[in-house]
Amino acid sequence: MVDRTIENFDCGHRACGGCGASSAVRMILKGTGGNTIVVSPTGCLEVFSTPYPETAWKIPWIHSLFENASAVASGIEAALKKQGRLGEEKVLVIGGDGATVDIGMLCLSGAFERGHDFTYICYDNEAYMNTGIQRSGATPYDADTTTSPSGTCSYGNNRPKKDLPQILAAHGSPYVATTSMAYPMDLMKKVEKAMNTPGSCYIQVHTPCCTGWGFDGAKTMVIGRMAVECGLWPCYDIVDGKLASAKKIKRVPVDEYLKAQKRFRHLFKPTRNEAELAKIQAIADANAAKYGIDIE
Amino acid sequence: MTLQIMEGSIAVAETVRLCRPQVISAYPITPQTHIVEGLASIVADGRLDAEYICVDSEFSALSCCIGASAAGSRVYSATTSQGLALMGEVVFNAAGMRLPIVMSIANRAIGAPLSIWNDQQDSIMMRDSGWLQFYAEDNQEAVDLHILAYKICEDHDILLPAFVCFDGFILSHVFEPVDIPSSDEVDKFLGPFAPYQRLDVKDPISFGMYATPEYYLEFRYEHDLAVYRAADAVSRYGKAFGEMFGRDYAALVEGYKLEDADVAIVAMGSICGTTKDAIDEMRAEGKRVGLLKIRCFRPFPSTDIAKALAHVNTIAVLDKNVSLGAKGAVAIEVKEACYGSCIPVYDYILGLGGRDVCKQDIKKIVELAEKGTGDMFYGLREELL
Repeated sequence: MVDRTIENFDCGHRACGGCGASSAVRMILKGTGGNTIVVSPTGCLEVFSTPYPETAWKIPWIHSLFENASAVASGIEAALKKQGRLGEEKVLVIGGDGATVDIGMLCLSGAFERGHDFTYICYDNEAYMNTGIQRSGATPYDADTTTSPSGTCSYGNNRPKKDLPQILAAHGSPYVATTSMAYPMDLMKKVEKAMNTPGSCYIQVHTPCCTGWGFDGAKTMVIGRMAVECGLWPCYDIVDGKLASAKKIKRVPVDEYLKAQKRFRHLFKPTRNEAELAKIQAIADANAAKYGIDIE
Repeated sequence: MTLQIMEGSIAVAETVRLCRPQVISAYPITPQTHIVEGLASIVADGRLDAEYICVDSEFSALSCCIGASAAGSRVYSATTSQGLALMGEVVFNAAGMRLPIVMSIANRAIGAPLSIWNDQQDSIMMRDSGWLQFYAEDNQEAVDLHILAYKICEDHDILLPAFVCFDGFILSHVFEPVDIPSSDEVDKFLGPFAPYQRLDVKDPISFGMYATPEYYLEFRYEHDLAVYRAADAVSRYGKAFGEMFGRDYAALVEGYKLEDADVAIVAMGSICGTTKDAIDEMRAEGKRVGLLKIRCFRPFPSTDIAKALAHVNTIAVLDKNVSLGAKGAVAIEVKEACYGSCIPVYDYILGLGGRDVCKQDIKKIVELAEKGTGDMFYGLREELL
């Protein structure tokens, strides 16, 4: 097991107070160990951790563009392999959901199809937070964002989240997992597993965003746990294409999780929107059935 | 020196092999395909020990090169036209990150309308990206400029990427005699890649950070200075190249029968060969015409151009590109170089999308320039307009 007392993501960076992504990164780097080269696409993490000439990274780190992190990582991996450094040094991408499920999809799919030996971790805060909370392909159903606003003719985002873990499992990835920053041990364990599995591995980490979702920054961990406990964020892993494990929960209705965030308040005010709430509950029920997360 | 008759693309592939890139990443696109097919075979046959990444797009091709170069490997890619346009964002990024990537451009037109045939709009489109740009007249120059480009780009005072441009089909698919240098000579000339800095867990650095308004301007200024500095590096290493391989590239521009010329033609790429033949025939008829070939377009050798053209009466620029709503890129910059000289500079947009340019056309253009007619598309089919 790697030494989890080591801090490779330093304090003093410029993330919002209560930022789920920054806590996730700190824990991710406890799972990777120090011999890691990190690639970050453009996004919150890149911006809050590396305003020139300051950096929060104590390990090698590179940012090129928004949509090419997987290709940059492919190139690094190829170079390390040719220089005889691969294995001693490992390659990790940490990118936001927009950079991963939307604009970076081409490079990501290509890299996973080619099977480069690196791990890609998506910190999923469910919208383009860096540019001001616009909808991404990972924004959940009915969430209010600045480009999927609720209104007299809208309940917010009208599509469910893109299921990227399954898409990447279908690429033949040896290890795909979902986890949450609200479950640090699960997160670190899965990161360690991915980093030690040869080939292209993928982890999607749920990282609540107090600024974008509209909750008190002191409650990030709580909100993260509520997402898991209601079944809207199932934590599982897929090894060689087969579901290997799923976190079992005593599931609660989605209402409390939704009520705790301003992005869903239009579903409760002025009156409860039973029809829409039922649709969201159905998403959680489908997750539970698909991954078998309910404790009977 | 042993001349071998080979296709331009294969000559370039064999030359890239001699430069020993550790990582090659490219996406197939006409007319670049024979280069990357050639290299794929070379790697498959164990003649070059490199990682060959078959990527999903040109966008990924150059992005892979960024990662590999930043990790400390010599890298290579090749593209053209639409591929270069798709790469656009990465092109600017690679230069800003000051990574010494060498990429071949088998020059081709840009759609719409779709055209697979030659002009130079693609590389010209990237003239402001901060890459060095070299243009080959023939396949021997294409071969030599690749070796030279690595030498210049990897100099720690330069640290820039470079395009080596050679005309699609006209050069890439044409068989010509070329001298492919020996492996020992190229090793001696280039040496192993010595990165200025690299991604390394033993010496962690942060690469590609963002710059606030307090810092951005200075990054751009330093980048601009480096591009200008490359002119000296071209001269220095171009001379050293000549001493080792017998072909001197110290000059960024090259005159042909220019010393006593009344009319100077200015051009880049394979059209220079046709122009030289036309000049020989015009000279036989008593016309004093010469050529100034621009081999290095970035940095733009304004001073060299002004000096070389100072004595002529008329300048005719052949542009295989057009900045729509303005003029051809070469003419615009030649005019700037000649500012204050009172020599008329006429622009001729020609050969776009593979339209053939023959000796007769060059002669007609000289006649037009002598009459003071220029700044025009040349060779239009009036019946189609």
